[in-house]
Amino acid sequence: MDIDYQTLLDGGKHWSFTARRGSGLTLEDVEGGANLAMLFYNPANPLERYNAPDTLKCQHTFRLGRGHCLYSDMGRIFCSIVEDSVGWHDTVGGNANRALVARRWGEIGYQEARNGWTQNGHDAFLVEAAKYGLGRRDLAANVNFFSKVAAGPDGSLSFDPTNSPAGGRITLRFEMDTLVLAHTCPHPMDPSPTYPRRPVRFSFFTAPPVAEDDACLTGCAENGRGFANNRLYHLCAGGH
Amino acid sequence: MQTRLAKIIPAGDYWMETVREGETLRIVDLEGNQAADTLFFSAADPAERYSAVDTIREQGNVYLGLGTKLISTEGRVMLEITADQIGRHDTLGGACSGESNTVRYDLEKRTMHACRDSWLLAVAENDQFGLTKRDITHNINFFMNVPVTPEGGLTFEDGLSGPGKYVELVARMDVIVLISNCPQLNNPCNGYNPTPIEVIVAR
Repeated sequence: MDIDYQTLLDGGKHWSFTARRGSGLTLEDVEGGANLAMLFYNPANPLERYNAPDTLKCQHTFRLGRGHCLYSDMGRIFCSIVEDSVGWHDTVGGNANRALVARRWGEIGYQEARNGWTQNGHDAFLVEAAKYGLGRRDLAANVNFFSKVAAGPDGSLSFDPTNSPAGGRITLRFEMDTLVLAHTCPHPMDPSPTYPRRPVRFSFFTAPPVAEDDACLTGCAENGRGFANNRLYHLCAGGH
Repeated sequence: MQTRLAKIIPAGDYWMETVREGETLRIVDLEGNQAADTLFFSAADPAERYSAVDTIREQGNVYLGLGTKLISTEGRVMLEITADQIGRHDTLGGACSGESNTVRYDLEKRTMHACRDSWLLAVAENDQFGLTKRDITHNINFFMNVPVTPEGGLTFEDGLSGPGKYVELVARMDVIVLISNCPQLNNPCNGYNPTPIEVIVAR
């Protein structure tokens, strides 16, 4: 696979980019125990955005992994998870704000620590969102790649700090043009005694066309219909 | 307790009102197994709104019930569940829409009435609140039963609710309440039979 672009996002940082339809993105948890939060929007109409409840209920799942698709609120698929060595990615744990980070790990400001400050995921998303005219009203439940939050038989939630090993990888294939907001700030349930700061490597490439027996397309009847909605979108005004 | 407002909401309709700090909001499942898809916004700053993920994480449990504090996107308590005759309410399943119906059931079901259409009509007809589609986020499904398994599965089951059962919440700040009484005809959560609910605001 020819890599078009590769970069390392250090722990506690944020970034954003627009991924083109048909592009692939491999994410690697370099040291193990990373958290990579993402939100997705349609760059042509940011009112269309990632919808965690639709993603979960359309695929009857509480976790995300290989074969799952990440849905917008308009019944379309932003991206598919075509490869995954980790097995469980979270989309119900949410995001830590400044107060939560301060309570959990203590606050170290920029004046004191320069870029080693304790950045929080909420502020990280707000900074990236604002670059596209988006704000507090536009943030939604995000994905937390590499993190696992499981529910016990009584519904009690627990975080598994051993979920993602060093070298854990997940590959996304974008099924429509997608604005991606990303950060590597700590998961709000991470039990680490110190502010966790773990890097993620991004590798962009051109994905092969979706095959008829593609695991995401055929994973469930719902995903077949999601792909059909994308096809309609690209046939109509959403095509380029 | 003195009732300030009482309204029966037919399935497929919405209710949008401000509930003041200290007031009690009772939602009654009049005929049983209905789903009341509910959003809350801070009346003072509607960009602050109910957050499903913050609520379940802070209480450490995926189901809502007696004692649950509903947490905002800013980490503040908006309301608290102070009475509950059902025992479990969902906040993972979201609300139905024509678009999600195409994925879940059939591409040709895109025109069936859905909760998100009711919400969009509500924000359009009540523009004094300044809300738009941007503000339509992840809701609570009162009376709905969506069990999660330890292996990471998620299912929609017949409801635990029954005729006349209710849930009561006390507002800890002034809130805008937006309820869609779910019109879904494809899901066992309401026994394929959407029915009216009643909302009562008292203080």
